[in-house]
Amino acid sequence: MGYKAKFRVWRGDAGEGELKDYTVEVNEGEVVLDVIHRLQATEAPDLAVRWNCKAGKCGSCSAEINGRPRLMCMTRMSTFAEDETVTVTPMRTFPVIRDLVTDVSYNYEKAREIPAFDGGDVKPGEFRMQQVDVERSQEFRKCIECFLCNNTCHVIRDHEENKEHFSGPRFLMRVAELEMHPADVQDRRQIAQDDFGLGYCNITKCCTEVCPEHIKITDNALIPMKERVVGRRYDPLVWLGSKIGVVKRGKSTPKA
Amino acid sequence: MTQTTVDAPAKDRARIPARTLRTDRWWSYPLTTFIVFTAWVIYATVRSMMGSSFWVEKYHYLTPFYSPCVSKACPADAADFGRFVPDHLPFFIPYALISLPFLLGFRLTCYYYRKAYYRSFWLTPSACAVPDKSPVRKTPGRYSGETRFPLILQNAHRYFWVIAALISIVNTWDAINAFHGEDGGFGIGLGTIILWVNVILLWGYTLSCHSCRHVMGGRLKSFSKHPVRYWLWTQISRLNTRHGQFALITLGTLALTDAYVALVAHGSFSDLRLFN
Ligand code: SF4
Ligand code: SF4
Ligand code: FES
Ligand code: FES
Repeated sequence: MGYKAKFRVWRGDAGEGELKDYTVEVNEGEVVLDVIHRLQATEAPDLAVRWNCKAGKCGSCSAEINGRPRLMCMTRMSTFAEDETVTVTPMRTFPVIRDLVTDVSYNYEKAREIPAFDGGDVKPGEFRMQQVDVERSQEFRKCIECFLCNNTCHVIRDHEENKEHFSGPRFLMRVAELEMHPADVQDRRQIAQDDFGLGYCNITKCCTEVCPEHIKITDNALIPMKERVVGRRYDPLVWLGSKIGVVKRGKSTPKA
Repeated sequence: MTQTTVDAPAKDRARIPARTLRTDRWWSYPLTTFIVFTAWVIYATVRSMMGSSFWVEKYHYLTPFYSPCVSKACPADAADFGRFVPDHLPFFIPYALISLPFLLGFRLTCYYYRKAYYRSFWLTPSACAVPDKSPVRKTPGRYSGETRFPLILQNAHRYFWVIAALISIVNTWDAINAFHGEDGGFGIGLGTIILWVNVILLWGYTLSCHSCRHVMGGRLKSFSKHPVRYWLWTQISRLNTRHGQFALITLGTLALTDAYVALVAHGSFSDLRLFN
């Protein structure tokens, strides 16, 4: 059942490196990560790769396979023809540490900037949430933090300088989740635009396309968030309403 | 014992010379979109400036490209909303000049079309994990997404949506009028059915809009406190998952409806009558 597959893997560190060719055995039912492990066990014992669960749940094994951002452990070898060369490279948007391992600290820095959930005066144990309200944010909670979405988003992938003022789909989705929380009392709409760069997103949906959890990031988080931002700062009627006192505007929360 | 320290790795991306390593046909979506949209825009421009073959007097078929027909040049029965625009305007002013600019604005600011034309006309990006090829790519700091003029105007989409909904009512009126028989009473022909299919799909497109979804209930923090709006939101959300399909299908039905009315009006063939 097994066959010899042609693999090309990016090897190198601190940016310098090259695609190296390997021929490696593949057995029925295997995924790309299995083959990478076999390489490590045979020809390339020093090949660096990050992984944990092999079940698509820890978000560690993100890479690019034939140019497409994916989880190595969820990419079946049966999706490739036997004579096809499978190219595996590290995520392009983040600095590479070695081989397939990238430094994803950008994502943690962005996560820390988001003001946390704030339930206002609700005492611990008092708060009740209805199923219909939970469902909306539950979709976003499926995120496994693989950062494939942030890696694919052209705003930072093609424009490194935007990293400073753009948090990427993952964290704009976090902002949307908090904004949709019935008990949260903060207003993050201004910072979503000013500090987290929601306006840079041009809704081309690549984040949605690559998300291994199939979260509808663009439709359910980014576009609704854009609509909320319009309500806060671009809608002339809302502005007029706030001037004559029909619309009440609370304070905007500064970034954390 | 001597201690050794390892330097922190340099902060550099992997240098991979290939623009993209994708091996699938990633260019087919932007290419098809480019061709279809361009063809459609050319067709629609020509048709709306033509100023003829837009009305079938016998059966009261009015093409959506001329609705509402407000020019003095419109036949009386085609102009239920008044004729207040002088005729003999330059040829490029369409007879439906109060609706077409807003419909164009509606589609241009639509979240689906934005995705489609950013990908296929602007190439920002043309496909996922394929580098952005727009001119801004060459100058660092130039990519500003929708944060600056003119693209910041995309934020006006909800207003275009309101106007588009009003125009859909006008289109519905046209479809009702199309139940017009040869003897002046009730009648149904293939044209009537085409106009109805078109207008129903137009409603599908208009109601599945993301701004509509936001207005109906998406903007709420708590669904449980607003059961009616929650119900509305769930219904719109169901349509919304097909918004892109509605956007494309209505491009097709608009052009087909117009072509059918044009050919019947021109006398190329006669309408297939089912009743009267
Ligand atoms: S939809 Fe927006 S956030 Fe998602 S990849 Fe595209 S530009 Fe980035
Ligand atoms: S949203 Fe999806 S793609 Fe992005 S980090 Fe979470 S699981 Fe990964
Ligand atoms: S190893 Fe955990 S997601 Fe792939
Ligand atoms: S019409 Fe497409 S999002 Fe509003």
